[in-house]
Amino acid sequence: MKKILKYVIVDIIQNKIVLIYTFLLLLISLSVFNLESNAAKGLLSLLNIILILVPLISIIFSTIYIYNSSEFIELLVSQPVKRKSIWLSLFGGLAASLSLAFFIGAGIPILLYHADATGITMILTGLFLTVIFVSIAMLAAGITRDKAKGIGLSILLWLYFSLIFDALVLFFLFQFQDYPLERAMVFFSFLNPIDLGRVQILLQMDISALMGYTGAIFREFFGNQVGVVLSFFGLFIWIAIPLFISLKKFSKKDL
Amino acid sequence: MKKVLYLILISYFAVFSADAKVIKVGKTRSVAFIQRAVDLSQNGDTILVDPGLYKEKNIIIQKSITLKGINYPVLDGENKYAIISIKAKNATVEGFKLQHTGRSEIKDLGAIMIYDSYKVSALNNILEDTNFGIYVQNSKRCTIEDNSITAYGKDEVQSGNGIHCWRSDSLIIIGNKIKGHRDGLYFEFVKNSLIWRNVSAQNVRYGIHFMFSNRNTYVGNIFERNEAGVAVMYSNNIHMYNNHFLNNWGDAAYGILLKDITDSDISGNHFTKNTVALHMEGCSRIKLYKNIFNNNGWAVKIQASCDKNDFNRNNFIGNTFDIGTNGSLVLNTFTGNYWDKYEGYDLFKDNIGDVPFHPVSMYSMIIDSNPAALMLFRSLIVSLLDKTEKILPGVTPENLRDNKPVMRPISL
Repeated sequence: MKKILKYVIVDIIQNKIVLIYTFLLLLISLSVFNLESNAAKGLLSLLNIILILVPLISIIFSTIYIYNSSEFIELLVSQPVKRKSIWLSLFGGLAASLSLAFFIGAGIPILLYHADATGITMILTGLFLTVIFVSIAMLAAGITRDKAKGIGLSILLWLYFSLIFDALVLFFLFQFQDYPLERAMVFFSFLNPIDLGRVQILLQMDISALMGYTGAIFREFFGNQVGVVLSFFGLFIWIAIPLFISLKKFSKKDL
Repeated sequence: MKKVLYLILISYFAVFSADAKVIKVGKTRSVAFIQRAVDLSQNGDTILVDPGLYKEKNIIIQKSITLKGINYPVLDGENKYAIISIKAKNATVEGFKLQHTGRSEIKDLGAIMIYDSYKVSALNNILEDTNFGIYVQNSKRCTIEDNSITAYGKDEVQSGNGIHCWRSDSLIIIGNKIKGHRDGLYFEFVKNSLIWRNVSAQNVRYGIHFMFSNRNTYVGNIFERNEAGVAVMYSNNIHMYNNHFLNNWGDAAYGILLKDITDSDISGNHFTKNTVALHMEGCSRIKLYKNIFNNNGWAVKIQASCDKNDFNRNNFIGNTFDIGTNGSLVLNTFTGNYWDKYEGYDLFKDNIGDVPFHPVSMYSMIIDSNPAALMLFRSLIVSLLDKTEKILPGVTPENLRDNKPVMRPISL
């Protein structure tokens, strides 16, 4: 397993797209921090990039990579290697190399310009989102054999998590605005990893507005240690479940 | 000239040769009780009190005397009584430590009670665990200076106000530090007064609370971490300069809440880290200029019931929302402010942006009507909605805009 993992990581790190992704992130982060008048505002601009760009690149690159290495996978399957370890090392390799790319591209500038609780939450969220969307990509690629369908599905999933889900929540909010929805909102935020990550970062950033207005529930839940631990646990679940399902699928798949 | 000098000299001697006595009070002296000394004294006398613990129930002063403590003698109200009551002209209480006043449902009990007086001063006292701290009623030209007033109030009903003034005129309140009361400073029907350099922090309700108090001036005060911030109502001709409103967090906490305030000036104030820095309701003709709004949830919430207020040359920096409102009617003006969210350009290089700035974001209006929507704040869908709204205003009031936003922060 180690050998496969090593091979996958080396292969991806040499990949031009990952290099460009790293470089692009680095360029954006540095320019954002240098252009904005204060670092806090730079962080805010970066927030949008992390919440949109990182999931997009992670999910699409991973899906394409899995489809492209289908021959490699077939070759490996013919060897005396467990399917589980092939799939997991593929996941591990993708997650590790994309996380590394994110860390170099965005993590280091954040640490340079804004190394406080907010910055660190942001890096952690970015890393989690990278891994989560690699995991979701594994699921999307595991479901269909057709490359075009698989990529389409992963784009759709990205669109769902970053736009459609929030639109649905907003719609729901307005339909039921006569009811106390704070608790429901806490529940909803667990249904979308991007929302979960965003709320975590926001609680570090726009703390006064959040604390004040929605009353105690948000603050009670996300503001204390248990809430933070729970929401990172939620992010962890978002890695584990798609990966687990895709693993099940792959181990029974007719290649 | 010589005549004048002569006159001054004569009057000087006339004042001081009148038998102004000094009565000393102490455990080892002939007069052991302060009340006894007060009874013995005549107008113009000074009573000096040695250090020690005095439990004298309520000391009543009805003469023009100066009561002075040496090294802060302790006057204890035994949790039952008011400590000093003054009903006089030209009386002074200075340098005492007053502690443990009583609490009553029927009467207001406080450490220094000033009734129907003229020119009474309370200077440099330390008040601890008091119900009301300094209580001024129906008095004129009183001075309350450099007192440190601390209480340990838990809820609004059980505690009194730090400095409580009712139906008074021309008060001077300078350099007091007030903590842990219901309202730090409370004024009702108080006119022509100066409130300067006070610090009112961590009170159970408001840092300052006034109603029906016209023509007062507030300069250089600090209001910090009060449960509900500052609330002022039903007054006109209020002048507020260079005050600091800091760290008032909570769902009903305001840096300052103005309700039915008219014809006033608010300038040079710093609003930092409040949930709502400035909330205005039913206000008219207030000039707000050169204030700094920094890192607040909402910098300004202005209800549609306000009219003819003018926001001029203020700095809005790092606020989550700059302006919030609850309707489409806009009767107020915003000109020449600095908004850090402004994305326009300045082709003429005259430091004035060429396109107007709309400080109300759509999402602030959504949150106003549906607070749970805060969960989606800064998500992609919300940014998209906000951008669309900026281009084609539909929900936000089109007229609420700054036509001459400045490009760089105004140096204040």
